[in-house]
Amino acid sequence: MTRLETIASVGRRALPNHWDVLALGAIMAGFVGVVHAFHGMNVPLPAANEPAVSLEYWNLPYYALRTVLRMFAALVASFIFTFTYATLAAKSRRLELVLIPILDILQSVPILGFLSFTVTFFLGLFPGNVLGAECAAIFAVFTSQAWNMAFSFYQSLRTVPRDLDEVSRGFRLTGWQKFWQLEAPFAVPGLLWNTMMSMSGGWFFVVAAEAITVGDTTITLPGVGSYIAAANDQGRWDAILAAVITMAVVILLYDQLLFRPVVAWAGKFRVETTASQVVERSWALDTIQRTVWLRSAYTPLVRALRSAALWRIGARPSFRKRDLPVLTTVSRIIDAIWIVAVVVVALWAIWTVVQYVGTELTWSDALDVVGLTLITLLRVIVLIALATAVWVPISVWIGLRPRVAERAQPLAQFLAAFPVNLLFGAAVSIVLAFNLNPDIWLSLLIVFGTQWYIVFNVIAGAAAFPNDLKEAAATFHVHGWQWWKNVILPGIFPYYITGAITASGGSWNASIVAEYVKWKDNSVVAHGVGSYIAQATEKGDFPKIVLGVAVMSVCVTLFNRLFWRQLYAYAERRLRL
Amino acid sequence: MLDAAATALLDVSHISQTFRKGSGEVGLPVLDDVSLSLRDGEIVGLLGRSGCGKSTLLRIIAGLAKPTSGTVKFQGQEVGGPAEGVAMVFQSFALYPWLSVLDNVELGLRAQGETPEETRKRALAAIDLIGLDGFESAYPKELSGGMRQRVGFARALVVHPKILLMDEPFSALDVLTAETLRTDLLDLWSEGRMPIKSILMVTHNIEEAVLMCDRILVLASNPGRIASEIKVSLVHPRDRLDPEFRQLVDKIYALMTQRSESKPSGRESALPGTGLAMALPRVSTNSLAGLLEELAAPPYNGRADLPHLADSLQLEIDELFPLAETLQLLRFAELEEGDMKLTAAGKRFVEADVDQRKKLFGDHLLAYVPLAARIKRVLDERPSHHAPATRFREELEDYMSEDYAERTMRAIINLGRYGELFAYDENAQAFSLENPQ
Repeated sequence: MTRLETIASVGRRALPNHWDVLALGAIMAGFVGVVHAFHGMNVPLPAANEPAVSLEYWNLPYYALRTVLRMFAALVASFIFTFTYATLAAKSRRLELVLIPILDILQSVPILGFLSFTVTFFLGLFPGNVLGAECAAIFAVFTSQAWNMAFSFYQSLRTVPRDLDEVSRGFRLTGWQKFWQLEAPFAVPGLLWNTMMSMSGGWFFVVAAEAITVGDTTITLPGVGSYIAAANDQGRWDAILAAVITMAVVILLYDQLLFRPVVAWAGKFRVETTASQVVERSWALDTIQRTVWLRSAYTPLVRALRSAALWRIGARPSFRKRDLPVLTTVSRIIDAIWIVAVVVVALWAIWTVVQYVGTELTWSDALDVVGLTLITLLRVIVLIALATAVWVPISVWIGLRPRVAERAQPLAQFLAAFPVNLLFGAAVSIVLAFNLNPDIWLSLLIVFGTQWYIVFNVIAGAAAFPNDLKEAAATFHVHGWQWWKNVILPGIFPYYITGAITASGGSWNASIVAEYVKWKDNSVVAHGVGSYIAQATEKGDFPKIVLGVAVMSVCVTLFNRLFWRQLYAYAERRLRL
Repeated sequence: MLDAAATALLDVSHISQTFRKGSGEVGLPVLDDVSLSLRDGEIVGLLGRSGCGKSTLLRIIAGLAKPTSGTVKFQGQEVGGPAEGVAMVFQSFALYPWLSVLDNVELGLRAQGETPEETRKRALAAIDLIGLDGFESAYPKELSGGMRQRVGFARALVVHPKILLMDEPFSALDVLTAETLRTDLLDLWSEGRMPIKSILMVTHNIEEAVLMCDRILVLASNPGRIASEIKVSLVHPRDRLDPEFRQLVDKIYALMTQRSESKPSGRESALPGTGLAMALPRVSTNSLAGLLEELAAPPYNGRADLPHLADSLQLEIDELFPLAETLQLLRFAELEEGDMKLTAAGKRFVEADVDQRKKLFGDHLLAYVPLAARIKRVLDERPSHHAPATRFREELEDYMSEDYAERTMRAIINLGRYGELFAYDENAQAFSLENPQ
């Protein structure tokens, strides 16, 4: 995959504004609400009634299947969310005002920080039933996919080419027809690429969510993640190895049977003037499309869906709202009322959060958390920098050699999807065995899984670097540092940024599992907001979780806006080839 | 075909269009009091340069955009949205890349709830008519531009419209392909094999308009309005080399340049004395120099007929006119009656070496382009010799739309750099007097 794909949410405005603050307040208030509703009743949450995970090898295929099913359930939920939320945001100016800042902040809220709230919520919803725990795990994966997908879809809806839109209106397609004939197909390439990327990240979260302790409640859902958790508890190396191999097979199948076919298929939805030079291929897709009996199996379904897409539901088009010359006074007044209402509700939400956190915690607690967050921030920055220093030269070397790149590229994508948190326990046993400083050595775990995003994006960038520019550099004898500085680094920079942003986002999430790791009866703790949240989660100390998650979200948001998006905008403006 | 008794198929009366600025305030008008009518059996051309609002006008007629004031009546009914019986062909083809040729053509009928059988029958007939047989299952990406536009035509014709609207349908095609498509369309039209009653086409190609249209409406820009109407009574098929044809082309060239001489675009709304309101087109300084050299050399020897020049240089009027007008503005050339004449300064420019050319260019820019003089003066006066671009852009926006202001800024930056009047830093978005050390 050598095409430069854009991360849906990053091309947007950079500086945080008052809407972000309001959205953050509203989201945190939502968490507080969940805790109040279910935890405040003072009833201990019933544990799920599921048999303990057994470490027999022959159980692994079944566990893997359970894990995969959770992934797909989350995927279905994410698509439903995307089609509704993003469509509402794109079609209604007033809803857009509220929905988009919320989505923007939700992206920065660490998903694993969510976990305690969602577990509480879903267990409260289905008391004593394993369904609640399942929902919580699925929801964790959902939160790792949905925001990005919704953003991508929203952006596609807003950038439907004007002439294609005019065709649909000229032929008087109804809202429903237009959605399925024009808007959804147009969004497909971006949406699927973002979906597949989020799905890669999703393995990490499904594994983390299968075995979790919130206060007195311990949840173990049958799956590869809980299998590993049990293996960590017992310190069984063989079981860990078996789980890792199982996971590798699952990811390989996912890559070959889903990721590649879907990306190759999505190619036909690209709006391009000429047939693309880069055509993604997939043997699986070729098989499906070329095998006669397979075709005859799905053709009736495709036909039925096609005619469903032509049902005449919804209004006929009239003039485009955005084209209307002047806003009427009435609509201005409604706008004003709407904005005031939104602001009042959000302020009230912020007040609720402050009050809730304030009942148990003081300003000095808040200051502590800010300090811890800065430690984690430092960790993320240093490790991304380290990963950059190590991997960029190697990836460039690989990318410039098409033969090597062809093999290395899928490997890097595979590694990015592999849930490395499976290995954290094992890694910690090494930290313990050699009596290493956890503050330093646990940090490495943060980029364990995320560095591969940098690798495969930079490989793609180097592979796509135009040949004539390479030749020009060679002709003028540009060598050494000059070559790196003036030729290749600017050339791969947009790709690097795309990879680094993904890696950075993933690292924040990883910090929650990486800064506090257990192996047998030992736990190793590094200082940072990640371990603060993880420990508070284990104790079920909700005010602390809210505080930790809120401070971390603010920090991630600021870091993204003030650093990554500025770089991204610069790369878009200056360095796009 | 021009029967006085023919009924008006379409009536456009007193259309004005004003766009909102980004800030929400009412901007400058794009179209100003445009009226026209379309009768059975005629092809009418809307001829104008880019930015004169001709595409906006076409979209208002199609019911895709709402005018600020005025009405559009189609067969006596006021148009309040995309009307049945009107179909459009786009410059960019606007095919859905995920649909095959057949699916693209069928889309309009299927959407209206036509049965699959009837849809298929009519789609195949349209595909046959337009010469797309054998391409039914191809995807647009696999087709050449000409074939894609044929799909565009088939898609429009299959719904059996009364009026066919065409938005520069041939301008994205190469010369040969465009000519083939034009001829094919005219053949179908004169043989009466298409269900349409009338064609309204937007174009910026003068010869194309004369070749195809029964009536040509010439639009002037800023704000867009109909400047003149020309009847073309030559019989089809028309011959481009026919003296009458050439005469008509010359006449339209003269018409389109003469007006811009007496009333340069954008100047009407200017405050007296400032001259800042001049909307500058984006032109390449290399093309300016190249055009002057061409003009000075044989066979022109200092004076050229514009249609001839456009033809031999393979330039569309959208490319040639901005160049010619910029040269006129800088007093390097003069335009009169469809001719372009080199001035004394223009001769000196051609004979000079690179540095002298830049000096001469800079001097003329300062003397004749008020915006250049203004920027230079501000930079000279400020102790820092620095000025942000927004300062001038906002000033321009008092006189012209945001788009025009942006284009004018880009143009003045380009011209100023060539004339070495000032430097511009893209990152800082600021003008300065310093050159890089």
